Amino acid sequence: MPARPAPLLADRARRERLAGILKMLLLPLLTFAVLVGVWSYVHNHVAPEFPAPGETWEHAKEVLAAPFYDNGPNDKGIGWQLLNSLARVGAGFGLAAVVGIPLGFVMGMSRGVQMALSPLIQILKPVSPLAWLPIGLLLFKAVNPSAIFVIFITCIWPMIINTATGVKAIPQDYMNVAAVLKLGKLELVRRILFPATLPYVVTGMRLSLGIAWMVIVAAEMLTGGIGIGFWLWDEWNNLNVSSIILAIGVIGAVGIVLDLMMGWAQHKLDYTKR
Amino acid sequence: MSAYLDLQNIDMTFNTAKGTFNALKDVNLKVQKGEFLALIGHSGCGKSTVLNIVAGLLDASAGVALLKDKEIRGPGPNRAVVFQNHSLLPWLTVYENVKLAVDKVMADKSKAERKDWVMHNLKLVHMDHAADKRPGEISGGMKQRVGIARALAMQPDVLLMDEPFGALDALTRAHLQDSVMEIQAELNNTVLMITHDVDEAVLLSDRIVMMTNGPAATIGEILTVDLPRPRDRLKLSEDPHYHHLRGQVLEFLYQKQRKAA
Repeated sequence: MPARPAPLLADRARRERLAGILKMLLLPLLTFAVLVGVWSYVHNHVAPEFPAPGETWEHAKEVLAAPFYDNGPNDKGIGWQLLNSLARVGAGFGLAAVVGIPLGFVMGMSRGVQMALSPLIQILKPVSPLAWLPIGLLLFKAVNPSAIFVIFITCIWPMIINTATGVKAIPQDYMNVAAVLKLGKLELVRRILFPATLPYVVTGMRLSLGIAWMVIVAAEMLTGGIGIGFWLWDEWNNLNVSSIILAIGVIGAVGIVLDLMMGWAQHKLDYTKR
Repeated sequence: MSAYLDLQNIDMTFNTAKGTFNALKDVNLKVQKGEFLALIGHSGCGKSTVLNIVAGLLDASAGVALLKDKEIRGPGPNRAVVFQNHSLLPWLTVYENVKLAVDKVMADKSKAERKDWVMHNLKLVHMDHAADKRPGEISGGMKQRVGIARALAMQPDVLLMDEPFGALDALTRAHLQDSVMEIQAELNNTVLMITHDVDEAVLLSDRIVMMTNGPAATIGEILTVDLPRPRDRLKLSEDPHYHHLRGQVLEFLYQKQRKAA
């Protein structure tokens, strides 16, 4: 019976694949189940003011059903809040890219510039970007530009550092090729430095976007206005804890989407991953 | 008689963290147009330094390097280099890698002419079939072929090859050596090739320049390889004169310039 082993093998492979998929679904579900269990316990026995899972779920459905309602400046749907936060992150992130990436290139190409800027960057990098908020408020006399300024500060360090590292990591071989071909400064940047550095640049952008999304929530708690961070704080002032739990989930989901987008860009632009 | 490529009293000293290092001392070498020269010596003997001085990637500390009676200053496409590890740009296709060089040296030619020239050179090294592949998708030997095509496409006065087949397995290396001989028969380039492979040196070159061990390395002996062309590696393996020449290089390397491993 020579035909039997093949289908048996295929059968086995299919069973193993099915088991793999089941595990991939079941194990995370198990984690969530434990979480809901602990949550219910806390509600029932520790802190009764903490909303029950079912209650939160009902509230979430209500909030998410009308994400874009608009009842004046102080009462807008969660969709508007998210869009406003994303706009701030986008503006700060974009400005940081415009400033930080060229600066990183210059730093990577010139030892002098590297030596001049490195100590300053090393001192400023570990500072929470929120420490810059008062300076933003002082400079711009308005909350919205100040929040964008904080995101700009958040994003700029990883962008500068990664770009400069990328430029310095370019193999001498590529520079020799450029030398033999007598490429001019601009050609060198366009044909060699920029493409060789791009993977590092995108990694820096991915890192800074991730941090920026964390920082914006805290910044908006302080600045107020429309935004998911302030919305969260506002709901706390209304003692609406269900909303806070919902906000945590939504912020996490948006963060995942942002990271997936950057991951996709990385995949498209990184020649080492093609 | 003035030589095509003329190295006169070249000294090279490097300043390192541990003080100065005298790599080359009084190197003199005359190369005629169309000659194929192999530079052989133990590792660290400064043969790459000689090549880099001709390429213009290094400046000699003393002495002068002349090409067509003009002093070599800085690198340029008239001294194209085939690097040991191919140095293809990984984000460009095979075609684009060669085109980068062609666009640079044939800027005055039309788009169609430049395209034809890229493809012509890829055909020379038998790589036209992989024009749209990226370096990451082809084998090491193929990458080196593209590196050679890129250098040939610059139509250099001197073609410099820095251990071009050093990183390849023996079979691939033999294939590429045959290709180089084939191309050399057709184009009659002036070639300076660094190698540490005695068979390769005897098979490919018109003269073998043997270097003494560093520091302060210099040219020890020059051996003229008067084997008729075209050369066939199988027939040569039974040729007593080939073995005699081979023996002379081996004697230089392993008796006169013995080096503790």
